[in-house]
Amino acid sequence: MAKASMFRWLTLGLVLGLSAPLAAPGALAQQPPIKIGESNSYARQAAFTVPYRNGWQLALDEINAKGGVLGRKLEVVSREDGATTGDATRVAEELVSREGVTLLFGSFLSNVGVAMADFANQKKIVYIAAEPLTDAITMAQGNRYTFRVRPNNTMQVGMLMEQAKASGAKRWAIVAPNYEFGQSAAGAFKRLLKEQIPDAEIVAEQYPALGKIEAGPTVSALDQAKPDGIFNVLFGPDLIQFVREGNTRGLFEDKTVLSLLTGEPEWLLPLKDEVPEGWIVTGYPWDEITDPKHKAFIEAYRTKFNETPRLGSLLGYTVMHMIRDTIERAGSTDTDALIKALENARFDTVAGPVTMRGIDHQSSMGAWVGKLKQKGATGGMTDWSYKDGTAYMPSEADVKAVRKE
Amino acid sequence: MDPSFLAVQALSGFASASSLFITACGLTLVFGVTRIVNFAHGSLYMIGAYTGATLVPRLLEWSYGPVPFWAGILASAVIVGLIGILIEVLLLRRIYGAPELFQLLATFGVVLVVQDLVVHVFGPQDILGPRAPGLRAPVEILGRRFPSYELVLIAAGPVVLGLVWLLLRKTRFGVLVRAATQDREMVSALGVNQALLFTGTLFLGAFLAGLGGALQVPRVAANTGMDLSVIAECFVVTVVGGMGSVPGAFLAALVIGQLQAFGILIFPKSTLVVVFLLMAAVLVVRPYGFFGRPEIIGGGHAVGIVSRAPSRATLPLTVALMILLAALPLVADAYLLKVAIEILVFGLFAFSLQLLIGVGGLVSFGHAAFFGLGAYGAALAVKWFGAPMEAALPLGLVLAALGAALIGAFVVRLSGIYLAMLTLAAAQILYAVAFQWVDVTGGDNGIVGVWPSPWANERTVYYLVTLVLTAGAALALMRIIDAPFGYSLRAMRDSEARAEAIGLHIRRHRWLAFTLAGAAAGLTGGLYAFSRGSVDPTLLGIPTSVDALTMLLLGGIQTITGPLVGAGVLHALRDQIMPLTDYWRLLLGLAIIAMVLIFPRGLVGTVQHWREVRA
Amino acid sequence: MSLLDVQGLGKSFGGVVAARNVRFGLDRGEMLALIGPNGAGKSTVFNMIGGQLPPDGGTVSLDGADITRLPPRERFRRGIGRTFQVAQAFLSMSVAENVQMALISHHGESRALWGPARTRHRDEALSLLERVGLAEAADRPCAALAYGDVKRVELAVALAGAPKLLLMDEPTAGMAPRERAALMDLTAEIAARDRIGVLFTEHDMDVVFGHADRVLVLVRGEIVAEGTADAIRENPRVREAYLGDAHALAAPGGARP
Repeated sequence: MAKASMFRWLTLGLVLGLSAPLAAPGALAQQPPIKIGESNSYARQAAFTVPYRNGWQLALDEINAKGGVLGRKLEVVSREDGATTGDATRVAEELVSREGVTLLFGSFLSNVGVAMADFANQKKIVYIAAEPLTDAITMAQGNRYTFRVRPNNTMQVGMLMEQAKASGAKRWAIVAPNYEFGQSAAGAFKRLLKEQIPDAEIVAEQYPALGKIEAGPTVSALDQAKPDGIFNVLFGPDLIQFVREGNTRGLFEDKTVLSLLTGEPEWLLPLKDEVPEGWIVTGYPWDEITDPKHKAFIEAYRTKFNETPRLGSLLGYTVMHMIRDTIERAGSTDTDALIKALENARFDTVAGPVTMRGIDHQSSMGAWVGKLKQKGATGGMTDWSYKDGTAYMPSEADVKAVRKE
Repeated sequence: MDPSFLAVQALSGFASASSLFITACGLTLVFGVTRIVNFAHGSLYMIGAYTGATLVPRLLEWSYGPVPFWAGILASAVIVGLIGILIEVLLLRRIYGAPELFQLLATFGVVLVVQDLVVHVFGPQDILGPRAPGLRAPVEILGRRFPSYELVLIAAGPVVLGLVWLLLRKTRFGVLVRAATQDREMVSALGVNQALLFTGTLFLGAFLAGLGGALQVPRVAANTGMDLSVIAECFVVTVVGGMGSVPGAFLAALVIGQLQAFGILIFPKSTLVVVFLLMAAVLVVRPYGFFGRPEIIGGGHAVGIVSRAPSRATLPLTVALMILLAALPLVADAYLLKVAIEILVFGLFAFSLQLLIGVGGLVSFGHAAFFGLGAYGAALAVKWFGAPMEAALPLGLVLAALGAALIGAFVVRLSGIYLAMLTLAAAQILYAVAFQWVDVTGGDNGIVGVWPSPWANERTVYYLVTLVLTAGAALALMRIIDAPFGYSLRAMRDSEARAEAIGLHIRRHRWLAFTLAGAAAGLTGGLYAFSRGSVDPTLLGIPTSVDALTMLLLGGIQTITGPLVGAGVLHALRDQIMPLTDYWRLLLGLAIIAMVLIFPRGLVGTVQHWREVRA
Repeated sequence: MSLLDVQGLGKSFGGVVAARNVRFGLDRGEMLALIGPNGAGKSTVFNMIGGQLPPDGGTVSLDGADITRLPPRERFRRGIGRTFQVAQAFLSMSVAENVQMALISHHGESRALWGPARTRHRDEALSLLERVGLAEAADRPCAALAYGDVKRVELAVALAGAPKLLLMDEPTAGMAPRERAALMDLTAEIAARDRIGVLFTEHDMDVVFGHADRVLVLVRGEIVAEGTADAIRENPRVREAYLGDAHALAAPGGARP
């Protein structure tokens, strides 16, 4: 079993052993690179994942230009995960057993993220979920090997919930894609609504299949319930159709609309001149960022790729640097050492300081919350602020109650 | 419920019905004349949508107003019509006489090619087109706002129906199209320039598909999943309406549009299931749809296994192969073993399909149904009952066999292209159930944590388990093919009339064949689930069914061992090539088309043929 | 009691009457020809007796048992063998296997999942092939046979069910004249030896008048005449029906087409 990889390890050990006494800068270049496995839905979810790939590519180039980590270059072996759980675990298997990667990162869809977490647990390899937002990855399905960088659904919904309270809306309708991400976000919304606005009620729920919304009937079914607040979790093509149909039929008029992720340029730009103004969203107002370190990243990204950054760009960039820091702190590519280096570690990112909480492997990265506004031919965010994730994380008691370990 | 709401809902239903009819009308016309079920019709629709969403904004930038908008829509449809001509000239005219299976596969090859080309040409982003100038403002209907563009769509369906009717009744081309739909031989007897007629029909069909797609520009973002979702709906419309019947398509589209509009109120999460159940119900009561006629369906094109003298080398070769396969873990690393497991699994999967197609002449286009049932059966047993692998695998097999027995009971009443359609629909129903019954199946999330029992969790052990089970099942199937039952199936494939006249109960044998093939496919589904630890609805999807068909075709449909070889080769190629290119689907599609056109015997078939020619 | 008894059989398609009140009987060992001009309804009557087509009214009895509503496969079990106007054989199998297949079905083994089919009932198949003169071709692929030989295979297949009644729809269509006589001689001989009743339709009047013990004439779905070959040839109603086709009723040995 695993003869090839055993052989590979022996060779590696031999090379390391022999080269240790010669650890002069000149000899470094000859060491094999550290391989990192990456997979994402580059075909089906290109709007997010292609900028995300640009982001980690930019970071990777920076890292390797500075000599890599532990004196070795970093190499990312990237694969298409087909946007399905089966294909994702299939390529993960290939990355682990054929390419011999040190750790895995990536994924976009939450259901894929959950499958990858399960895979990581089974194969005992570190997996860093970049985008998938479902709580399950760090809660019920969480495990020793799985970490997540972005603020999860509970955290992002919690940030929006403050605005819900302020709006005074009591009759809420939910529209969410019918898969892990949407279900998890709707669940978080219902839970937090009950906790924070006990006299509010849910008057309508619509769960169109991901990528298959029938916008007309969905909008009229929501309208029929006469809500005064709407919580939206749709994104991508579903969102565009929903917004267009909702604008036409006046669904959003005089209502408070809370919407996850809609302020992210990847979902906002395709709306062009039909931006639903006044929606309260989480997103990424890159055009109004003033922090010099963050601005430097934006400039570097625009120069290299000749386009404006998306949230995915920032995320890919951030995750790549976090991986580098982790390997450096671990001092090796050993899985246990990597886990130790990740748990409760603090990272300095362009978005600000981030801590990877040890108890659930959820990072404290925050999100920008603001209102949508038409800015010329496209949309943007206004009245925004960056909310650090720490205050919105699930309580330790909640985590302990659902995690199986 | 409030009447204004019902009225608006019904109008929405009419609008969807119109769009659906315009697209499906093209499919049914093309089928009527060429007798080819054009899988790529959905791809033409998708190209129409992308072209419209790209072209119309440019025209509007140049001059904003209704005229450039509608000119852009029409121009997109014409462009798609020209692409239709291209497809006819390059591909379809070479396969008019081919067996249905080859026609379906070749046009599916076009689907794969178009998927990658669309991403290449238009980019991976979904493109939302502009709204129609002059139709941005909604209309008030019974105090509710209704998009005015939808009203235009509602009118477009009957208008297209009227124009097509005029074309068919008042022009020479129309007379010929109707004649060809009635009786193909007659057209050739009339001395008509057939090539021109067929090319013209393809233009018309593709034009309508393109129009259907372009009309979606203001309401739906052009996206890469459009092709398969619309083709599935078009299949339902044409089959329910009766293949080749334009009024039938119109009526069916109306029924389905309303079913979707009101279905969403009653079964908000099972709209897909409702539509396919309608199709199954109609086919049971009226096997040829509302206005279909049985004689339009050709059938009798079955190709398959023929008798061969038993070779003395078979036994030693089999034993040697088994020893080699059993010794593989001694030399292979973990990843190679993983690939080997998948090849074994898909080999048996394709082989179980061979029992239906190569032996029975039953072109099942939904074999994924049984694979998926086996996988889900096993996974559900693990998830809900905590069953270990030893119990979950047989449960998956039993679920698949029961599913196959149930589906088979409906399917064996039909033959030829209707049989292919109904099996496809059955698989789509199961897909929809797995996709939308979230509480039980996990929906899109699938079910994770389906790992083998501890004793078999080690890769080598699981490989050996898979080898024993798949090889055992394959050898048993080979015996069955050689036994009277296999011969009876072949007899019915060769001549139903003769088989019936020597006392064979055709439906009963075929039903049994479905059940057996389903059980074998179910076993492979379960093994696959445990090998990768999860199941998801794609296991039940059209691409999974096509995978099995491609393996059959690659190995050779007229051979017994072909599917096993085909599975090995396809899987190995996929494994090597897929990570290297962004154009895997394009390559696969071209390979399928090439095989149908120049290599229909498949690998094993070609080797056999070559040996026979030499002997 | 006659072997086959047909009473008041009728069938119409849409408004067109294809068969009206057809009644006749057929005895064991008898060769009965059903003739008529094109479109007279011969195939309709034939397929109603074979079970391929359900009649609108009337009855078909075999040995006194009503078989009107039985499907073809049940009629096979009751002792009806048939051949088709366009020969129907299992072209993917060898000649012997075609006959073996019929024997397997006759013995009720068609759903056996084990034990190769090609070794079952082979001797019996070979002796049936011997009788139709195809013993040498036993292991050739059926698809490689000349059309006339495929017709013989059909005959052997039909005989495999040990039939009491043989239905032959245009048994000699598509064959060379010399082959026709040979096939019908063979059929007559087998019918006589095994006391099998044979009902056949035929266009070739040489075949009809040379081999039929009795002839039925069907015109526009109705039987207009019945009798021995000589009686039929002289019947004025038959002459009327075949008006303009004088050669068709010429005596054997006369002008051939």
